Amino acid sequence: MNASTAARAPGAPAVVEIDKLWSVFHTAGRDAVVHQDLNLRIVAGEFMSIVGGSGSGKTVLLRQMLGLEAPARGRVTVLGKPAAQLGADGAASRVGMLFQHGALYSAFTVLENIAFALRELGTLPQKLVREVAMVKLQMVGLEPAQAHKMPADLSGGMVKRVALARALMMDPPLLLLDEPTSGLDPDSADGFVALLRSLHQELGLTVVMVTHDLDTLFELSTRIAVVAEKHIIACGTPLQVMAHDHPFIHDFFLGARGQRAAAVLRQAPLTE
Amino acid sequence: MNPDAPCIERMGATAPGGLRLLGDWSAARLAEPAAWAQIQAGLAFAAPGDALALSWDLRGLQRLDHTGAQVLWNAWGHQWPPQLLVEPAQRAMLGRVAQYALAEPVAQRSSAWLLFLALGAKVWLLIDHLRDATRLLGQLLLDVLKLLRAPTKGPWRDVSGHLFRIGATALPITALLGFLIGVVLAYLMSLQLRQFGADSFIVNILGLSVIRELGPMLAAILVAGRSGSTITAQIGVMRVTEELDAMRVMGIPQGYRLVLPRAMAMALAMPLLAVWTSLAALFGGMLAADLTMGVTPAYFFAALPRAVEISNLTLAMGKSVVFGLLIGLIGCHYGLRVKPNTESLGQGTTASVVTSIAMVILVDALFALVFKDVGL
Repeated sequence: MNASTAARAPGAPAVVEIDKLWSVFHTAGRDAVVHQDLNLRIVAGEFMSIVGGSGSGKTVLLRQMLGLEAPARGRVTVLGKPAAQLGADGAASRVGMLFQHGALYSAFTVLENIAFALRELGTLPQKLVREVAMVKLQMVGLEPAQAHKMPADLSGGMVKRVALARALMMDPPLLLLDEPTSGLDPDSADGFVALLRSLHQELGLTVVMVTHDLDTLFELSTRIAVVAEKHIIACGTPLQVMAHDHPFIHDFFLGARGQRAAAVLRQAPLTE
Repeated sequence: MNPDAPCIERMGATAPGGLRLLGDWSAARLAEPAAWAQIQAGLAFAAPGDALALSWDLRGLQRLDHTGAQVLWNAWGHQWPPQLLVEPAQRAMLGRVAQYALAEPVAQRSSAWLLFLALGAKVWLLIDHLRDATRLLGQLLLDVLKLLRAPTKGPWRDVSGHLFRIGATALPITALLGFLIGVVLAYLMSLQLRQFGADSFIVNILGLSVIRELGPMLAAILVAGRSGSTITAQIGVMRVTEELDAMRVMGIPQGYRLVLPRAMAMALAMPLLAVWTSLAALFGGMLAADLTMGVTPAYFFAALPRAVEISNLTLAMGKSVVFGLLIGLIGCHYGLRVKPNTESLGQGTTASVVTSIAMVILVDALFALVFKDVGL
């Protein structure tokens, strides 16, 4: 019920393709291998969640998709191009990123933050740019009166909403989320999850999310990829992944917290 | 794979006719200058009502995003045209834009009254600065007393660390600048003195001006730029990352652990740096005097103690201590006032350097007035 079945048809084009990826960090004369021969394929219209223990390289994987880290070996292809070329002109219209702490430009107002990518193109009239930004602002559930506030005056939940509106400004087909609900109170987190779900459905976005929060995970994901032991140990629908026999998956999903969250799944099964 | 540029096609020669929209109506494509010029021309109507009289066919669009929808909604004068052919997804997109197309709230405009209020806010800010500075100075005095009562418990590791960073690492740059200033001064003065045949007075002029004024001033201005800004930035970043709050929560006094070590290191390092800079300047001047006028270093060494009383050196070191304290305290003052955002951090650092250099020059003038009878 979470995404249209058409979007997950086998023939859907791949939005992100990761092929035998190695991520290596050089620190103090020592190489730390984070990913080793990691493969992942994300197709259009999916809501793919990446889970894993702390330090398992989930955020690094996201940064690889954004081209912020360079693969030591292997290939990362996003929207048919190597991820390293993503940062070129017009990146904002290809991929949107919601950083964990928002990463709002603190010198700009909320509206300027949202409008930044479109305004930088310099062609469209200022009035139109502001109008589109106001639509985005309200689309993520903010009051129009918040438009002229500075990021320093916003609460954590509002920062995330503004950052989401900014990521969606150019209507990119691919949206990456790093811990979208961390640091939010349960009420704001629920509101944010509902917002993400409706945006995913209405805009037909492909979403990749890194999260620790099991509630968010089960509420939103159409597929889950589990990162452990330097590669993806399981990838599939939530029920498929939970059925997978691996100590990490067992601890992660079937611990006390997992049991509570999975109750959501049983009440309203996400999969056919 | 690459969708076409957005364009508008006129259908039917008969009035009222219709428009068919084609291509990729997304923000990135609309923002291409050629495409935007074409779209603007295509959507220009003589009267606002004209757009609604036409029939609109959006079914040929490859893509319509919020920006494209907003462009259309504006062209329609914020109304649905009676004859509209759209896909459901496009209707939803247009519907969202229609729902949220509110006027942007106006930012507050300035008026005479607001300007007056802004002036008042400036006055209050000044008072606030003075109060904070007074509190900082008072706290420093209390902390010094606390240190004197229990010297073994002092933050000595911090002091030695700051001493190294403020003092030792500044030695090369102060020496270089002092040397160059000494050479330039001695050369310029030698040209003048030679006209009067007063070559040997170079020692008096150079010695007095360098030891009494230039050495301490040069060192203070350099340290204000180097270390004053560092102090503000360090403490300011601690505010941004909530480290200052963490210290307060753990009951660690900020004055004793942050301000006192920096102020002490500054007060210790400044007089030493001043002497060091003076030495470098004198050395440069001595070389230049030897080369341009043949005043030998031996004569220079012999004449210097006769020309410049030792009280000048004491005065220079004394005022350097005050300079050091000022730079340290001003750095801490602006650092502690930084608000948790990047802009405030930048402003604080700039204000800190400008204020400390201005204060150094001001206080130097005061010293010159008060001690005009000493060592001259």
